[in-house]
Formats: sequence, structure tokens, C-alpha cells
Amino acid sequence: MDEVMQILEELDWSPLFISLKTGIVATVISFFLGIFAARKVVKTTSGKKAVIDGILTLPMVLPPTVAGFFLLLLFSRRRPLGEFLFDEFGFKVVQTWLGCVIAATVIAFPLMYRNARAAMEQIDPNLVYAGRTLGMSDIQIFWKVVVPTAGPGIASGTILTFARALGEYGATSMLAGNIPGKTGTISQKIAMVIQDGDYLTAGIWVVIVMMIAFAVIFLMNLISGKKMKNVGRW
Amino acid sequence: MSISVEIYKKLNNFSLSISFQSQSRRIGILGASGCGKSMTLKSIAGIVTPDEGRIEIEGRTLFDRAARIDLKPQKRNVGYLFQNYALFPTMTVEKNIAAGLKCSRKEKADRVSQMVEKFRLNGLEKRLPGQLSGGQQQRVALARIMAYEPDVILLDEPFSALDMFLKDQLQREMTDLLEDYKGTVILVSHNRDEVYRFSEELFVIDQGRISASGPTEQLFRDPVSREAARLTGCKNFSKIRKKDNHTLEAMDWGISLHIKREIPSYASYIGYRAHDFIPVWGERGSNMIRFSLESSAVLPFENNYYVRPEIGSSGSHTGGGKLDEKIKARESRRGENMSGDESAETTVLCWFVQRDREEELAKRGLPDYLAFDEDKMLFLQ
Repeated sequence: MDEVMQILEELDWSPLFISLKTGIVATVISFFLGIFAARKVVKTTSGKKAVIDGILTLPMVLPPTVAGFFLLLLFSRRRPLGEFLFDEFGFKVVQTWLGCVIAATVIAFPLMYRNARAAMEQIDPNLVYAGRTLGMSDIQIFWKVVVPTAGPGIASGTILTFARALGEYGATSMLAGNIPGKTGTISQKIAMVIQDGDYLTAGIWVVIVMMIAFAVIFLMNLISGKKMKNVGRW
Repeated sequence: MSISVEIYKKLNNFSLSISFQSQSRRIGILGASGCGKSMTLKSIAGIVTPDEGRIEIEGRTLFDRAARIDLKPQKRNVGYLFQNYALFPTMTVEKNIAAGLKCSRKEKADRVSQMVEKFRLNGLEKRLPGQLSGGQQQRVALARIMAYEPDVILLDEPFSALDMFLKDQLQREMTDLLEDYKGTVILVSHNRDEVYRFSEELFVIDQGRISASGPTEQLFRDPVSREAARLTGCKNFSKIRKKDNHTLEAMDWGISLHIKREIPSYASYIGYRAHDFIPVWGERGSNMIRFSLESSAVLPFENNYYVRPEIGSSGSHTGGGKLDEKIKARESRRGENMSGDESAETTVLCWFVQRDREEELAKRGLPDYLAFDEDKMLFLQ
């Protein structure tokens, strides 16, 4: 027990903050991109739909290391895009916190997109038609009718996205590396200390992660349960 | 009030080709499920775009393919009542009513309270649609449309999903609420009672085409087209062969009918409503058929008999007598049919007897003959 207390006292908490920060930023980006993409895909007709949907969902299905590989290809400073970003804007993606965010966003985005899309596709199209015949603009209909009605689905998508972004490992380690205090997330920390054979420190981080996970699940049930109660089944 | 619609649209399994004009305030569109009537309404509202055509309301062109006019639904000022009412589930009653209003907050609140008053929604303002009864939902949906002051209101099968009791209640309510509405209302339904009750002018749609039209009452009296007759509730049809201007042979019923007025030249079918048969006991006159009972159904307020007409005067006399005897007779007839009786070629006639007439039947047994009333015969194309 003393040993645990001693480790806790000396623990470098930076992985927790890096993970949370990465998770939150990645979730915010995914939230808007996901809803936007879902709206576009729901509106397009069948042929293109399958292709776009495939591309948007791919990062979720691919092994994260494969996604990491592609991201490296894209953002490496020896590649055109990476070079352009660095030369024009001074953005460095590889081996930086920005890399953490991009990796987490790419991997977690499909969860947001798919949940939002499923929720929107459940919506009675008559609601949209009714809005139109009542003179509401399409933007108004989207934010006042579609998004609130799809609320529970979008909320659970957001939470799942956050959870996934928080725990991202494969793509992050490839794109951002594991620089303590900079890009060292919880997942990478656990892997690292395990390699050193320090199971106790790893265990402490595992407990922290599990607590966050439980909080997330609890929150998700709370939100979807509360929302659904008043809306009722249509 | 004037509305003029001309639309052509290719659909999956048929093409819609509708064209009508009307000055009436209350227009009914009657058609079987999937005949294109909803699609017609959706075209008027701008929810679907026709391939060709022109839609004009009160001299305002909403759609004109040739002139490349296609107003957005938002600009058409057409109210649409959906079958499921399509209330926004996350908005309260007030917010639903105010959803389409474009004016200051104060004006909005005034209009909403005015509508709440008119549609008797007091006390329900803060409720969500999921917490309302079917009737209340309908009132909210109508209030939401009326608040928006549309030129035309389209009712898309508003009563189809309701049970009988609620249906009657909501139909009465709807009629009341639309009473002082000055614009045109178009009701689409597959239910003849609904359109009869509601509309002044009626259009019958069959397979994407208007097969009959006219003032509602007249159309029920003389539907002219077979589809219109069927949709207005006619159950019995027969192909006819004209012998002369006053005599015809109803081939499917195995009877010759003599008619005082001249048979219209277009007639190639005859229709006869199940309620219009006159039971006759005793002497056989003209335009009467002898029949055998096939089956019967007892309903709360009427009895339905399904009878098979017998050809000519030959064959065993099966008219009259008690019901169980009749059924025995039918049983034996069926045996004969197996061995190739020609009378099996007549079609079964539906004869519906309302409760007040049913007493007489119970007393005297089934009649010997059923008589056709000349004035009730429908001559069809």
C-alpha cells in the first residue's frame, strides 16, 4: 500500500491531461464534422452514398497502425502536404501534440459520423417536409428539428467519440510518438511502463482509465435515457 | 378560389398523369392505395417535383416546367396535413405552432395564443406532442398550418390510421375547424365516406389517371367509370350485351334487364349497389333474379348476403324457406357444380340488408327473388 501511495505522490500526471485535452479537442472537431458529413450523406442519392460512406467509415475498420501509416505519408515533412503546411503556416504534425489530435480525430470521427447518420436516418421525412411547407429554411429545419430529434443518437455518438479519442494508441504512437509531457498519452504511458516491467504504475493508470470509462458510460445512459423519456417512440 | 393542376411524373411502377381544374372550396380526391393521390398532393406542395406540368393556385404559378418555374415549398404558401401529423417531437405545442412564423416575438406570441384559443388547446401549450392524444395532435397540426395562413390546405389521408370512433369525432371536428377557412382545401382519401362527407367536387384517380370527376353527389349517383363506381362503394358489376335500346343482358348475372329509359350508348358494364336490391316474396316480375345463398355475414348494423344468381327459370326452386334449408340447398348445388353445372358461371352478388329491413327478413325468411330498381342501376363504361 505504501508503495502505491509513493508512486501516486511521485506520479507524473501529464498523460492524463494530454489525453483529456486530446480527447476534448478531437471530439469537438468530430462533432461538427460528423454532423456535417452525416447531413451530406443522408441527402445524397444511393450511388455516391456507398462510396462516401465507405471512405468516411474506413478509419474505424482499418487497424489504427494502418491509419497511422497513411497519416504519416500525408503529414511527414518530406511529403508535399506536410512540407506545405510547415513552410506556409509553420504547422508541424509529426511528433507534436497536433499529431495526437489529428490521429485521435481521424480514428474517432467515424463513430460520430455513423451515430449521427443513423439517428438522422431514423427521422420521419415528413418532419422535414412539414418544416418546408411551413416556410422554415433548410438550415432552420436542420438545427431546430433534425438535430434535436436525433439528439439522443448524436449525444451517444459524441460520448463514444470522446471515449475512443481518449484511448487512441496505434495511430497516435505512429504520428505523434510518445514524448513525455508533450505527446505521451495514458495509453502510451501504460504500454511504456509495461515494457519496463512496472506493473504497479501500469495498474494505477488502468484504474484511472477504467474510472473515466465508467463515467462516460454512466453519462451516456443518463443523457439518452432522459431525452428518450419525453420524446417517446414514433 | 381557383386551382389548376397538370402534372406528369414517371414513378417506379406506373406513371402519374393528372390534370384537373376546380373552383370549389372543398375538393376531394378518391383513389385506392398507391394510385398516385399522395404523390399529387406532394407535387402541389413542392415536396416532390413532377417531370412535366404546371401548377397554379389563385392565378399564382407554383410550378411550370416549360417556363422553368419551380417555387420552393417554403414559398408556395400551401399547408400540408400529414397522415401522422408530423409534429416536431422535441418542440412544445406552442413552439410547434410558432415554428413557421416569421414575425416579431410579440406577434408570434399573439398569433400562437389566438390559435391555442381557436383550436381549444388551452393548458396544453407546454406539452410535447408525445404527451397528446390523437385528437389533440390533429388540432395542433391544424393550428400550426392555420397560423401560417396558407392559400390552400392539403389533407393527406388524415383519418386513415384512426379507429372508427375517433375517426368520426375527428371528422366532425375537422369540418368545424375548417368551416371559416376561406381558402381551398383538398382532401385525399381512399375512403368514400370521408370524401362524400367532406367535398363539393370529387376527382377519382385510378392508376395515376383521373378516371372520373364531377360534383360529389352526382358522381356517387352516376359514376360513369367502373373504377369510380367501385371506389364509391359499388359491389356488383356485370358485363352487358345490349339487345336493343331498352333491353340488356347482364352476362355475369345471367339475367335480361328491361329498362324504360334509353340505355346510354357508352354502357358496356352495369353496376348495382349492394344496398339497393329489393327483396320480393311470391310473384316473379321483370328485372328479378332467383338466387341461392352462398354465404352470409352478420354485422352490427346490417347483414351481408352473398348470393349466386340462377340462370333462367329452370332448376330447383331454392328461393324462400328458412336459412338452414338454404344452406343445405347450396351444399347440394355445390355437388352439382362439381359435375359441371353451367350456372356456376354467374358471379356472386353482394346484397346488404340494414337492420330495419332485417326484421322483415327474419319474419318471412329469405325472399324468393331480388329485384333491380331501374333508377339505381349504374351504367358504366
